[in-house]
Amino acid sequence: MLLKDEQYRLKVGLAEMLKGGVIMDVVNAEQAVIAEKAGAAAVMALERVPADIRKEGGVARMSPVSKIREIQAAVSIPVMAKARIGHFMEARILEALAVDYIDESEVLTPADEEHHIDKRDFKVPFVCGARNLGEALRRIAEGAAMIRTKGEAGSGNIVEAVRHIRTIVKEMKQLTVLGREELVHEAKNLQAPLEMVEYVAAHGKLPVPNFSAGGIATPADAALVMQLGAEAVFVGSGIFKSADPEARAKAIVKATTYYRDPVKLLEASEDLGMAMPGLDISKLPEGELMQTRGW
Amino acid sequence: MSAMPSPRKKVGVLALQGDFEAHAKALERAGAEPVLVNRAGDLEGIDALVIPGGESTTMLKLIGETGMKEPLADFTAKKPVFGTCAGAILLAKEVTNPEQFSFGAVDLSIERNAYGRQVDSRVATIEPGEEFAKRAGEGGVEAVFIRAPIIRRTGPGVRVLAEYAGDPVLVEQGKHLIATFHPELTSDPRIHRLFLTKI
Repeated sequence: MLLKDEQYRLKVGLAEMLKGGVIMDVVNAEQAVIAEKAGAAAVMALERVPADIRKEGGVARMSPVSKIREIQAAVSIPVMAKARIGHFMEARILEALAVDYIDESEVLTPADEEHHIDKRDFKVPFVCGARNLGEALRRIAEGAAMIRTKGEAGSGNIVEAVRHIRTIVKEMKQLTVLGREELVHEAKNLQAPLEMVEYVAAHGKLPVPNFSAGGIATPADAALVMQLGAEAVFVGSGIFKSADPEARAKAIVKATTYYRDPVKLLEASEDLGMAMPGLDISKLPEGELMQTRGW
Repeated sequence: MSAMPSPRKKVGVLALQGDFEAHAKALERAGAEPVLVNRAGDLEGIDALVIPGGESTTMLKLIGETGMKEPLADFTAKKPVFGTCAGAILLAKEVTNPEQFSFGAVDLSIERNAYGRQVDSRVATIEPGEEFAKRAGEGGVEAVFIRAPIIRRTGPGVRVLAEYAGDPVLVEQGKHLIATFHPELTSDPRIHRLFLTKI
């Protein structure tokens, strides 16, 4: 069984170490150093932050190898990198580079519209996005060792991340009150393996850490998703597209630790300058949504 | 009248970032009452403290920002502290790769990420020495190393309880205990129980 496998436990183990932390998107070594100094628990290397991918269009791919090496050399915290959905060769290259985690991400242009990567076969752990419990459990069954909400990347708008974390948490709660024969039926509805559905029903939580991403732009946004059940946060465009990245990065780190304490959150929210510009997601054409990539 | 059960020992877990919840559960399994600590005031009334795994740079940043440096230094001077992985780094006398601040509670030098990156993380069964067997129980220990540090030097006051591949991985000095691996990620309660005997 996947969950008992030694390699898999190591993969989930690193996700355990990242709990209560902030994982920050960076495009070069200079940003990575700012992130580490601000208290990031890890950095995520990518070619362009989601807000720029959205603006510039074109095909978004894995970060250039030279940039990833430069980032690995610059910081002592874990370095993650994104691969396109289904692009197992980008993932193999990232594995050969010894990145600490691979994000099979909807933020990049999908390479395969039907298949995600078979992640069980890799030594490097994977994180994947999900909008609901069924999607989360399918990714875990494929070997993902960490789940994050998809939210709507590059939007500066928290509404989708909230929808996704609330959906996942609610669907997990519902499973805990069902009988065994009902779980078989739910596995069918969720399109997820029964083994995973039974795990969630017994424990009330995913078998891997459950983080949040996609639209976090302020300390208050980070605290909100933590209150709703996220165990750590990813911040993409929210830091380096704001007026004062260093101050904002520090503030979001503090807010993620003290998410239950309004006084500390107030302190973290002072003097940050302008947040990144936000998008009204209901006005975005369907083709521009990133969250509907993958299944 | 039946005898009252002896009260459980209150053990804090530094809850700034990292796997503090896994430690809280491990302490419960070992028979203690865990208390999450994320401000100086939380240190009052606890008998001992665990500094968990996570990112030592993140924890240091938050310790500095929230004014916990002095209170934590005072606490380590008086009461038992158990550091795992990042926690071991924070308790060391000297840290390398890169150099950074540490509390210096245990006389050892430790190198961060010394096995390499995540692909070099590993699970190993280690055979602790007689001292451990006598005080904690017989048998091997499953040791989960995740981007783990290596202890490069131990001072004369430090006792090595277990080694892996020739390096010390579980050591003690007086009331403090250090593991470079993660006993909180397994169901074996012996190491947490050993720590509780130091209270």
